[in-house]
Amino acid sequence: MNLTSVGIIYRKELIDALRDRRTIISTIVLPILMFPLLTLGFGLVAQKSMQKMEREGSTIMLLGETNAPALARTIRQTDGLRVVAPSEDYVVLISEKKLRAAVEFPPNFEQETRMTSDKPPQVKIYNFEGETRSQVAVRNVQKVFDDYRKQLVAERLAESGLTKDVLKPFATREENVAAPEKVGGNVIGGLFPYLIIFLCFMGSLAPAIDLTAGEKERGTIETILASPASRLDLVVGKFLLVFTASIVTAVVSLASFALTFSLPFLVAREFAKRNQLPFDISVSGVASVFLMMLPLAVMFAAVLMAIGLYSKTTKEAHSYASPLMLLVLMPAMAAMVPGFDLNATLALIPVLNVSLVSKEVLTGNYPWLLILLVFASSWGYAAGALSLAVSAFERESVLFRT
Amino acid sequence: MIEATNLTKVFRDRKGGDIRAVHGISFRCQPGQIYGLLGANGAGKTTALRLLATILRPTNGTARVAGFDIREQPEKVRANVGFLSTATALYGRLTARETVEYFGRLNGLNGDKLRRRTEELFALLGINEFADRRCDKLSTGMKQKISIARTLVHDPPVMIFDEPTLGLDVMAARTIVGFIRDCRSRGKTVIFSSHVMSEVQKLCDYIGIIHEGRLLAGGSLAELRQRTRQADLEEIFVQTVEAAP
Repeated sequence: MNLTSVGIIYRKELIDALRDRRTIISTIVLPILMFPLLTLGFGLVAQKSMQKMEREGSTIMLLGETNAPALARTIRQTDGLRVVAPSEDYVVLISEKKLRAAVEFPPNFEQETRMTSDKPPQVKIYNFEGETRSQVAVRNVQKVFDDYRKQLVAERLAESGLTKDVLKPFATREENVAAPEKVGGNVIGGLFPYLIIFLCFMGSLAPAIDLTAGEKERGTIETILASPASRLDLVVGKFLLVFTASIVTAVVSLASFALTFSLPFLVAREFAKRNQLPFDISVSGVASVFLMMLPLAVMFAAVLMAIGLYSKTTKEAHSYASPLMLLVLMPAMAAMVPGFDLNATLALIPVLNVSLVSKEVLTGNYPWLLILLVFASSWGYAAGALSLAVSAFERESVLFRT
Repeated sequence: MIEATNLTKVFRDRKGGDIRAVHGISFRCQPGQIYGLLGANGAGKTTALRLLATILRPTNGTARVAGFDIREQPEKVRANVGFLSTATALYGRLTARETVEYFGRLNGLNGDKLRRRTEELFALLGINEFADRRCDKLSTGMKQKISIARTLVHDPPVMIFDEPTLGLDVMAARTIVGFIRDCRSRGKTVIFSSHVMSEVQKLCDYIGIIHEGRLLAGGSLAELRQRTRQADLEEIFVQTVEAAP
C-alpha cells in the first residue's frame, strides 16, 4: 500500500463528497435538523392539542343528578368539566366522541354515603377505553370523587373521636443508593447506543454507494482503474472517506442532540439538585461508547462499500442496503429491552454486542473481560468486512459485472 | 513499444458457460506508429485493450508495454500508458484543473512540476477558458479536451485509445483524431481500436483485423491489399472475416 496515493485519493474523494448535495444533506444537514425539528415539531403539536383540550374542557353528562345534588354541584363548579343535559343515548355519544364520559349516581347516593354499610353505593363512570380525551375526563371526575371520599372519611373519623393517624400505622421511604451517573446512564443507556449505531450506518450509506456504484454508473471507474494507483490504494482511500462521513454524521447529530436537549437537560439537572434527586450523565461513559463504536463504523463503511461495488447502479445498491438497515436496527434496539443483558455469547454477535456493552458502560459498569471480548470480536468483524471490500475491488467479475 | 504474446482472456459465466473474449492474440506495435485494431462490435477489441492497460488480467499469455510485463508489473505499465475511451468519463464535480492535477499526482507529479505541466497542456489544448469550471457543466468537446489532458499529464510513451470517437460529433471527433496523429509525430507508441473503416484507413500504419476474439490478419494497408487483392478496407475486412474458420 502506498500511503501517498491513499492520501491523494482521500483528498479528491473529500472534495468530491463536499460538493455532492446528497452526501451533504445526509451527512450534515439532516443530522443537524433532525432533533430540533422532531422535538420542536412534536412539542408544538402536543402543546397546541393540550391547550385546545384545556380551552374546551371535557364534556360530561350526569345521570341521576338528583341522587347526589351536592356532589353534582361540585362537579359543575370544577374547571375543565362541562356538564351537558342528560339523555338516553349517552353510549352512542361517547362512542362517537361527542361526549367524553357519563357519570351515573345510584338512587339515594348521598344519603347512603353518610351511613356505613357492607355494600357501599357505587357510581358508574361510562367512558371510551383507551381514548385520551375520554380518559382525561375520567381522571378529572375521579379527582372530585377522591376529594369527596377524603372529606367523608375525615367526618367519620371525627364522629368516632379518632384522628387521621389511625389510617397510617407505619410509613415507608425509598432511598436511592446508586451514583447519579448510574441513574442517568440507566435512563439514556438503551437509547443512546441505538441512536449512534443508527446514525453511523446512515452516515456511511450515501457516500459508500456514491463512491462505488456511483462511479460505475457515471463511467469514471475505468478512468481511475487506468491510473497507476493500485486497487488496494483506491479502496483504502475511498474507505477512509466513507468512514469519515460515518463519524462526522455521528458527531454532528450528537452535538445537535446535546444542544437540543441541553436546555431541558439542565433544567432537569437543576430540578434534580433542588429535590436531591440523583441524575447525571457520565462523560467517560459517553467517550467509551464512542470508542466501542469505531469498529462498528469501520464494518458499516466496508460492508456498504462491498454492496456498492457489487451493484451495477446506485438504485440497485440502495435496494440491497435497505434490508440490511433492518438487520442493523433490530440488534441495536435490543439494548432498550429491559433485562436483556450482556453475556459471553452475546458479546460475539455483531452490533448487538456493542449495543449491550454501551448500556453497561453508560450505567458505570465495566465488565472488563466482556468489554475485551466485544472489542476484539468487533474489530474482527470490521477486519473481515474490510477484506471483503478489498477483495470485491480486486475481482473483475464484481467490478465489470454485466 | 507494445508486444503481445498469445494474449487470452476467458470470462467465466455460470449460466452461459465460459466466454473466450480474446483468443491467443500476438502482435507488436513500435514507437512512432499507430496500430489499428479493427473489428465489429463484440469482436474483443475493448477486452484486448483493457488487458494492455492492465484494467483486466489475462487468463493466458502476456504482453510487454513500455518494457514492463502486464502480469508482473501492472502499476508500472499504467504509469507509462495513457488510456482513453468513451467509457472513461470525468468526475463531474471536479474542475478541469482539479481533474488533471489529480491524475498528475497519482502519476507522481507534484509542486511546480505539476503546475507547469498542467499549464502547458491547458495552453496546448485551449482549456484555459474553462479550466476552473466543473466538468459536469461543460460540453462534450470541452470534456474530450480535458480527457486528453488527463491521459497526457504524465507524458506516457504508450497511448491506448478504445473507440475514442464513438458517439462524438464531427468537431469533437476531429480533435481526437488530430491528437492521435500528434502522439505519433511525438514518437509515442499508439494502439487504437475502431469499427469505422475510414478512420482506421486514415490513421493507422498497421492494421489488425479482430473477429470473435481472434486476430485474423495483420499488416500495413498495402500488405493487406496485396494479400486479399482488394483495394477497399471494408472489402478487405469482409473477405478476411468470411474466410475465418
